[in-house]
Amino acid sequence: MAMITADPKDVPQVASFAFTPENLEKVKGFVANYPPGRQASAVISVLDLAQRQQGWLPRVAMNEVARILDMAPIRVYEIATFYTMFQLKPKGKYLLQVCTTTPCWLRGSDAIMKACQHAADGETFSVQEVECLGGCVNAPVVQINDDFYEDLDEASLKKVLDAFKRGETPKPGPQVDRQTSAPEGGALTLKGE
Amino acid sequence: MTKVIIDNVEIEVAPELTLLQACEQAGAEIPRFCFHERLSIAGNCRMCLIEVKGGPPKPVASCAMNVRDLRPGPNGEPPVMFTKSPMVKKAREGVMEFLLINHPLDCPICDQGGECDLQDQAMAYGVDHTRFQENKRAVEDKYIGALVKTSMNRCIQCTRCIRFSAEVAGVAELGATGRGEDMEITTYLEKAMTSELQSNVVDLCPVGALTSKPYAFAARPWELIKTQSVDVMDAVGSAIRIDTRGREVMRILPRTNEDVNEEWISDKTRHVVDGLRTQRLDQPYVRENGRLRPATWKEAFALIADKMRPVTSGKVGALAGQLAAVEDMFALKSVMSALDVKNMDARYPGSPLHPKFGRASYLFNSTIAGIEQADAIMLIGTNPRREAPVLNARIRKRWRQGNLVVGVVGEQADLTYPYTYLGAGPDSLAQFVTHPPAKKERPMFIIGQGALNRADGGAILGMAAKAAASLGVIKDGWNGFNILHTEASLVGALDIGFVPGEGGLDTGGMLKSGALDVLFLLGVDEVDVPAGPFVVYIGTHGDRGAHRADVILPGAAYPEKSGTYVNTEGRVQMANRAAFPPGDAREDWAILRALSEVLGCKLPYDTLGGLRQALYTAHPHMMKLDQIVPGNGADIGNLAKLGGTAEKSALVSPVTNFYFTNPIARASAVMAECSALAQSTPRTLTAAE
Repeated sequence: MAMITADPKDVPQVASFAFTPENLEKVKGFVANYPPGRQASAVISVLDLAQRQQGWLPRVAMNEVARILDMAPIRVYEIATFYTMFQLKPKGKYLLQVCTTTPCWLRGSDAIMKACQHAADGETFSVQEVECLGGCVNAPVVQINDDFYEDLDEASLKKVLDAFKRGETPKPGPQVDRQTSAPEGGALTLKGE
Repeated sequence: MTKVIIDNVEIEVAPELTLLQACEQAGAEIPRFCFHERLSIAGNCRMCLIEVKGGPPKPVASCAMNVRDLRPGPNGEPPVMFTKSPMVKKAREGVMEFLLINHPLDCPICDQGGECDLQDQAMAYGVDHTRFQENKRAVEDKYIGALVKTSMNRCIQCTRCIRFSAEVAGVAELGATGRGEDMEITTYLEKAMTSELQSNVVDLCPVGALTSKPYAFAARPWELIKTQSVDVMDAVGSAIRIDTRGREVMRILPRTNEDVNEEWISDKTRHVVDGLRTQRLDQPYVRENGRLRPATWKEAFALIADKMRPVTSGKVGALAGQLAAVEDMFALKSVMSALDVKNMDARYPGSPLHPKFGRASYLFNSTIAGIEQADAIMLIGTNPRREAPVLNARIRKRWRQGNLVVGVVGEQADLTYPYTYLGAGPDSLAQFVTHPPAKKERPMFIIGQGALNRADGGAILGMAAKAAASLGVIKDGWNGFNILHTEASLVGALDIGFVPGEGGLDTGGMLKSGALDVLFLLGVDEVDVPAGPFVVYIGTHGDRGAHRADVILPGAAYPEKSGTYVNTEGRVQMANRAAFPPGDAREDWAILRALSEVLGCKLPYDTLGGLRQALYTAHPHMMKLDQIVPGNGADIGNLAKLGGTAEKSALVSPVTNFYFTNPIARASAVMAECSALAQSTPRTLTAAE
């Protein structure tokens, strides 16, 4: 069984990590959300910021977060290893988080998963199986970085991925003709006055 | 007080108690793994489930709910709980089944076997078969230092070790990484833990995941004979239990003593055991042509008598070392008095402590438990983390309760709690001599030996006494003027007046070359004896004192004799005999009794009982075991009269290496390994938590 560790052996060594000046300002903002002396409460926000800056969370970044928030490093590692959203290994530019929980599975997430795995090359795309993303009405769902792509099938997924490959950002949300989770093809009720 | 009905018995309990504690007061036994009285509540093992009537129809984790949160019945009846109902039994059996899913059945090869909470509770709530067909999880063992052995497959994730290291030890190094089935207890980078209290996690671990590395596979608990005793590694006098098998001391465990050590002991106290076996002096030696050779007791005594015959009493001296029991020092003092020798001392050169100032002038007056009442603490020339780790844990406990300010004059070290650094030298203390009274209710001074064992020790102690007076450290009902000793024997020595008689030389005087012709050392290894005097060393280990000796008389180490020790608070405690001295070695008082006969001043007692009778007649407070005869706070005024000028040099703790403070520790391979580890890990100054 793979050991979940904050310092995996098979990741590239990152020599150092420092927040950019803009991000450092943001860190101050996060810390200011909490009463003085409770700066450690900002740890998830700050870790997320570090991950956005670096693309993933190398150990030096976690150490830096611990230093900034005046926490024992182990407390930061505990959090970083607890949440699956924190990436402890380098990822591709786009992280495909495929929901495989029952509603998505019934609506064909197996095929979506297969297609995503096929597309994953480690540089542009990485794939991760996740539990329910909460978009069951629009199953199957894939979360690509921060956005949901919904009502997918193999063809529409291919279109989305191709667009990402070309450097475009396809429109998030349902990939069929519907507005959010409204009926396909437009409203069916409440049409009159 | 709140009325509750537990198992159909109505009792009154304090509302702030947890249901678990309330049930215990009602006489019910509640199984638990994660709950521990001295740690924060985690509520994650679920073993302490009980049934509470009227709430949601499910069992309640009794450790995590307070009595005050219970709702009364519909007509205002007291809340009703059941601890033995079928629902409770079924719930606990379910929890136990889950715990045992991933717990290996390796009790026959597990060091915890026989004293394992899980083993015991599985007898009550376990089932004899498993319904689990899937793969068990396997967890890599971790390296967390020289003292704690890990077997992480056995871990049930109670997180007691994590909470202990973060809360009590103040070194947040252990943590739980991963989640769910992947959760693991680790120090993250396989670093050794750096706490001086780390071995306590072995006692806390309810299963065999964390066991003692030096004691690995050494003995089974049912083979051991348990003797209650007290520790002498520092001046705290922690309550310990010495486990022996046959003649050999196998291990040392803490006992609970709320007034002293709660239930923690330092790593040195626990793991010094192997030092009791190595480097031991097991027969007398005499020096011939510059080399020590084994001798008989008769030869050794004859040689001492020869050397003593031509010497005048002014050229004889006696020093007592840090592990000497009160009885031993009393016997030595009696011999010396009979010989009209005035040169005797147990203090370090320069130390101003003296019984003539009154008992309060050298005690930890507020008591160790009194630390919890203090609201301001000034540490002067002491590093309590190294000098008395258990006492330091008490300061940290007080700090965690909030509203405590700590100031430090002396070394700037990581004490596991934040403090204001006031300066290194006595001049930083001088500013408080004319300070207006502190705005704190119960301020406290803790003065270490680092401030006293120096040429200007008297001036510093006088200054501290004046500062204490101006800051209001001593007032009605509160005496916060505390001396923190580092050596187990010193308070006892001062109590029985083991100090130079009128016109006698003190330690510094005796150690000047040419001062003495014959010097008796009662386990003195920390000072350098100059060439010249004929040295008689009574001790246990082939350490510094024995190397210098001309005659070695092998004595008994602390687990091998019954002896009284007075801790830094002035608490008189009795250490009991758990084993026997090796070879020809004898108990120190018996050696002195035999020696007195040879020297022609036969001591008037033949048994330890007789010696104690004489001791109690001379010093009645030695009779009051486990009690403190408090000093008189006014005595500290005497100290303020101490004059002299303090130098500028920094106050340095006498304990530079925690693991090597006495001959037993220096003989221990385990302590040597810990010391090497501690020196390879650079201590960075980080506030814990």
